[in-house]
Amino acid sequence: MEFPNECKYTKDHEWVRVEGDNVVVGITEFAQSELGDLVFVDLPAVGKAVATHGTLCVVESTKAASDVYSPVAGTVAERNDALVDDPGLINRTPYSDGWIVKLTGVSDAELAGLMSAEEYKKLVGK
Amino acid sequence: MKKTPLYDEHLRLGGKIVEFAGWQMPVQYSGVVAEHVAVRERVGLFDVSHMGEIWVTGPNAEKALEFMTCNKVSALYDGKAHYSAILNEGGGVVDDIIIYRCDKERFLICVNASNADKDFEWLTKHNPTDAKIVNASAEYGQIAVQGPRAMELVTPLVTRADLSSLKYFHFVECEILGSPVIVARTGYTGEDGVEIFVKAQKTADLWRLLLEHGTTLGVLPCGLGARDSLRLEAALPLHGHELAEDTTALESGLGWIVKFEKGDFIGKEALLKQKQAGLPKRLVGFYLDEVGIARQGDLVSAVDGQQIGVVASGTKTPTVNKALGMAFVETSYAALDTKLTFVVRGRNIAGHVVQLPFYKRSK
Repeated sequence: MEFPNECKYTKDHEWVRVEGDNVVVGITEFAQSELGDLVFVDLPAVGKAVATHGTLCVVESTKAASDVYSPVAGTVAERNDALVDDPGLINRTPYSDGWIVKLTGVSDAELAGLMSAEEYKKLVGK
Repeated sequence: MKKTPLYDEHLRLGGKIVEFAGWQMPVQYSGVVAEHVAVRERVGLFDVSHMGEIWVTGPNAEKALEFMTCNKVSALYDGKAHYSAILNEGGGVVDDIIIYRCDKERFLICVNASNADKDFEWLTKHNPTDAKIVNASAEYGQIAVQGPRAMELVTPLVTRADLSSLKYFHFVECEILGSPVIVARTGYTGEDGVEIFVKAQKTADLWRLLLEHGTTLGVLPCGLGARDSLRLEAALPLHGHELAEDTTALESGLGWIVKFEKGDFIGKEALLKQKQAGLPKRLVGFYLDEVGIARQGDLVSAVDGQQIGVVASGTKTPTVNKALGMAFVETSYAALDTKLTFVVRGRNIAGHVVQLPFYKRSK
């Protein structure tokens, strides 16, 4: 199971990665393996303000719907519309093509408070 | 928590284990979508050992079943099975079942795992005859082999019977690996295939044999996740979703197995009365026309906002690749193409009534 070092993680199994002025958000490989094959992703609108631990989007497998919480506060600058036709991108490539949104206006202090790859790896016991 | 004889096989194959009806069952191995597709295009194996098996035997077995189930048992002959239901006095569904006639004094009933103990008690309590009723669930394992290549996989493994002449809803008592089995041409996926009843202690041997011989056919072990998406596409009802004790067989769309013309049976009077009065609600199929997925328990409204129903099952399925499901709606909203609104997590999603099933295999 992968835990890229350039990402930071939450106990709710989301990852973030700084990319220029934006923060890219997705769910971890562990999270997708627990959820199973995803068949639908309900993405937030661009421009939506999200709070820390606020619902960022909903991902659904054939069996259930699950909330994805925003690891940090910010505003949705971009969303991964490729997930609309192919939610399985999250299952196959959770850290690259399976990204969910890019947020702007995220505070450095919040980012600094997230878990490192090493800490997250310990959390999920892998 | 109960384990089937295949529990260790599931762990060895990387199955993700969940609790289902008091059993530890694999929800998936390689992935729900891959498993679903394997069954639609090739062949899949399912552990259905959690299903219950009840024997009804003796000179009065047929008479007992005729009274305690709604389909016409006297129409069965040796080697023929039919889909049926145990109803309560109100016409509600205690369980949906398959009855197999081995001979005129020996009938096997296959019942849902979650209802097996309840069914056994019900049958024992309502038995109007001296027919012997035995809960043999622990003695049997059961494996479903489903998909267009299922017969190709199973036929060469069977001795003392020729499966090539086995028709739909017929079965044979035969042997695999020198051990007695019952092979029935039935299933819960909308595909061709068989369900094999096997002695509990021989179930793992049979599972491994099927996996090994199925490799060249592209066989995959399949979990409860794929079983659910496959049965939903085929619009096969699931007790606890489309079927319940407080919903009548007619409301659930089981009218085709309710044989009023046979003699008296439990539930007959209530169903006749409801048939004459008209059904207050019906089970319908639906597609969503906007993004989202409606699931069991989500409320259904008419276009004017009035609440008129509830979702029984719903998801987005791999083969049909649409958000779909089945819902109970007031009868006046059950016509094809009726526009409905589904309330999903506080959001209104438009949909409409469609013909069932969602998927039908090409013959």
